[in-house]
Amino acid sequence: MAYSDKVIDHYENPRNVGSFEKNDRSVGTGMVGAPACGDVMKLQIKVNEQGIIEDARFKTYGCGSAIASSSLVTEWVKGKTLADAATIRNTQIAAELALPPVKIHCSILAEDAIKAAVADYRKKHDLEAPAVQAKKVAHG
Amino acid sequence: MKLPIYLDYSATTPVDPRVAEKMIPYLTEHFGNPASRSHAIGWKTEEAVETARAHVAALVGCDAKEIVWTSGATESINLALKGAAEFYKTKGKHLITVKTEHKATLDTCRELERRGFEVTYMDVDPDGMLDLGKLEAAFRPDTILVSVMFVNNEIGVIQDVPAIGEMCRKRGVLFHVDSAQATGKCVIDLARLKVDLMSFSAHKTYGPKGVGALYVRRKPRVRLEAQIHGGGHERGFRSGTLATHQIVGMGEAYRLAKLEMATENERIRALRDRLLGGVQEIEEVFVNGSLEHRVPHNLNVSFNFVEGESLIMAVKDIAVSSGSACTSASLEPSYVLRALGRSDELAHSSIRFTLGRFTTPEEIDYTVGHLKAKVAKLREMSPLWEMHKEGIDLNTVQWAAH
Repeated sequence: MAYSDKVIDHYENPRNVGSFEKNDRSVGTGMVGAPACGDVMKLQIKVNEQGIIEDARFKTYGCGSAIASSSLVTEWVKGKTLADAATIRNTQIAAELALPPVKIHCSILAEDAIKAAVADYRKKHDLEAPAVQAKKVAHG
Repeated sequence: MKLPIYLDYSATTPVDPRVAEKMIPYLTEHFGNPASRSHAIGWKTEEAVETARAHVAALVGCDAKEIVWTSGATESINLALKGAAEFYKTKGKHLITVKTEHKATLDTCRELERRGFEVTYMDVDPDGMLDLGKLEAAFRPDTILVSVMFVNNEIGVIQDVPAIGEMCRKRGVLFHVDSAQATGKCVIDLARLKVDLMSFSAHKTYGPKGVGALYVRRKPRVRLEAQIHGGGHERGFRSGTLATHQIVGMGEAYRLAKLEMATENERIRALRDRLLGGVQEIEEVFVNGSLEHRVPHNLNVSFNFVEGESLIMAVKDIAVSSGSACTSASLEPSYVLRALGRSDELAHSSIRFTLGRFTTPEEIDYTVGHLKAKVAKLREMSPLWEMHKEGIDLNTVQWAAH
């Protein structure tokens, strides 16, 4: 399969690989996917007192596109508010990485990972989700 | 050392330069049609075709008259299964094969099912071996043919062809063996084996692509319904002008295999064991298929907690094949590894290494180092590896529906 240059770049030089302490109150953790499906993504965000995501880390079990999608979103969420981060759409990720149709599920998983990380952080701080909650994207 | 390192000899082999040299005159100088009986230009190529037939027969211990030229193992398998099923259909309509067979056999069996035949697809044990007791129980009064491959193309496991042959002969059931991956690796003696039909390929044994052969036993005689008509070549079994240069190449490749296989296999086995030793220094590595009943040039391993497609992408300095057909839209793991009972994850993360005539110790050492570095890098990135290291049993994790 021919990968785009951007996928190869993120795959060979992944940004922000690693883990934060998941019990840290400033950290939100999202884990999505399943081993049997061939992809598991763990995305973590570190949020400052102003509610801005100041850092992010990922670990991904999956194909090159899954690794590239998660690497890309760690860059995108940095500097964003929780609400802004939750507006990142899989279509933007797929377009940026020029993912072929068979790899669109990788971008959906990355979007889900951000939402899960944001939700985890909000749960830790008893924050209400904003009124307009992003709808959960089903895939399989 | 040239990169990428070729470790995919079960996909195909390069034509041995000695073979290529023998072939070339039959493209330009000796171009005659071997079926031209009226002049010396035809006689010359007919003689070359018969010499090649004798070389093929010598490698597998049969009479040259029992060898029919085809375009490759796929055609041989089609001719054997469809040809025998159609000829013997009044005797019965049941065939037996194995789930880990090559697609050439499985897809042909599916076609026979569409034509009204019934096929039993046998399971294998976790080590890839066919359970002979279960095979025994699968025979029916209307069974006409059993088809089992000598050597599996993915995991290199060698089935017990002599025992299966006895079982079939005792019942008067035909036995076809796909030997595409066996020539030059296993001793094949059709004088002793109770095999009725055997399929061969040239390009897995350092010959050219596009040529193969089918062994059709004469005593006791096996009859087939021809699948290709037009001139009655090859005693009516397979019409069409013979591809002289290809046939000369196959003959020479098989002649060299007979001469050199004993020493070559020992050399390759040592290299394979060196590769196995290196790979086993990596944690959580699983060998797929029996190591005991296995050809010397195959190693198929799964790297736990690493996803297969990214692994293949990472090891770009080595030309290997993934057990999973992951570039296809289906993203399905290997059906052979699934038949061994491997989990989806392990089936997804498998690599088949197949060594050959031109593999060197330096290439093996480079491969081991490359694998260690890449597997370590991917595991560093893998949340599953992290959880494994924290002592979490992944089977107890409730994964989000996906």
